[in-house]
Amino acid sequence: MKLLTHNVLSSKCLKGVSVGYPLRLNATDIKVVDVDYNSEFVQRMIPKINYSALYDAAQSIGHHNGLPDTVAEDYEHNEEFLKAVHHVLLEVDIVSGDLECPESGRKFPITRGIPNMLVNENEVNEINDSNGY
Amino acid sequence: MSSVRRPEHLAPPEVFYNDDEAKKYSQNSRIIEIQEQMSERAMELLMLPEDKPCYVLDIGCGSGLSGSVLDEQGHFWVGVDISPAMLDVAHDREVEGDLILGDMGEGMPFRAGTFDGAISISALQWLCNADKSSHNPVKRLYKFFSTLNACLSRTARAVFQFYPENSSQVELITSQAMKAGFYGGVVVDYPNSTKAKKFFLVLMTGGNMPLPKALGTEGESSSVQYSKKREQLDSARNSRGKSLKNSRQWILEKKERRRRQGKTTRDDSKYTGRKRSGRF
Ligand SMILES: C[S@@+](CC[C@H](N)C(=O)[O-])C[C@H]1O[C@@H](n2cnc3c(N)ncnc32)[C@H](O)[C@@H]1O
Repeated sequence: MKLLTHNVLSSKCLKGVSVGYPLRLNATDIKVVDVDYNSEFVQRMIPKINYSALYDAAQSIGHHNGLPDTVAEDYEHNEEFLKAVHHVLLEVDIVSGDLECPESGRKFPITRGIPNMLVNENEVNEINDSNGY
Repeated sequence: MSSVRRPEHLAPPEVFYNDDEAKKYSQNSRIIEIQEQMSERAMELLMLPEDKPCYVLDIGCGSGLSGSVLDEQGHFWVGVDISPAMLDVAHDREVEGDLILGDMGEGMPFRAGTFDGAISISALQWLCNADKSSHNPVKRLYKFFSTLNACLSRTARAVFQFYPENSSQVELITSQAMKAGFYGGVVVDYPNSTKAKKFFLVLMTGGNMPLPKALGTEGESSSVQYSKKREQLDSARNSRGKSLKNSRQWILEKKERRRRQGKTTRDDSKYTGRKRSGRF
């Protein structure tokens, strides 16, 4: 699982959880892989991702080297910054560990790089029509 | 004549898609070809901004055949599936996208506005079944569509190729999608062919746009906006499995679409779409 995926996952499907974001990342096995650099994709993702959650997640697993703690102002033209984001978003792969809901403490295990987001019926949040989804 | 039983009636998806079934998705060339064709068609209907690398959700991503089509088209993706065996095949195929073990009916576990679009190949009909006593298909469909709507960007589409069992199932699905805030409807390709007929639910966030034209309809449209009812689904159960790519009409239409997109395309000839004799 890439840190990009971590950046977009939430546990708000759980009963009683209102935001469920960001999930705490505990990694027991990390692999660094090569992914072709696509400057346009990284540029498009920067306004979408939660940058501080990305930075914190990378830092918590010791892979924030080269990543500034805030978005560079001229990021579209800052190749060095875009490449650092590319690396952290797409090349740092969590092979095993877990994701922890910040509100309930519920853990979602990651095995073979695949997070298990299945929940039991009694854990799911019943939604009704007036709910602001 | 007894009809073939639908897989959704046999077992829950995480049981039906076991190691043996999952293996077919890496070994059976017919299954692979059909899954890829339907994924390519779904991508056409998705109408992502041209030549931009997008972030796409693949719902019921299974063995990653649909994901490979996304890879080929230069997109980045995340797939969700309920079957560990299918995800293992995807893992072994070394697809580029990330895989998540999850149940559509429990909702899509993503932040708001994350994806530029979503596709789903042959998975949606599974949600119409109650596999546990606690399952309520209407609620699960609504939960799925409302959380999907939330995690898409504001001008996105979601395209589902699916195998409806009958017209009331189409009604059930589309009504829950609408209730969850989507616009759109169903596009039926090759409506007059029992074998090549394919159903695509095309959903849009943001506003209602005309539905794309169906293939194989020779002029008259067989796209159905939500509000209109129709009873043309009786032969839906026969719609599985015909290889669309072998038909001359499919090739002609694909070439026409490529020409419209300004891509290089060979001229049509009387040989277009014919079986080749001899081996290469
Ligand atoms: C015909 S397969 C599609 C395979 C996939 N497109 C591929 O490229 O391999 C349908 C998939 O839908 C998945 N599915 C069925 N019900 C589901 C659910 N409730 N949640 C998530 N996935 C589901 C199945 O596990 C199966 O992998």
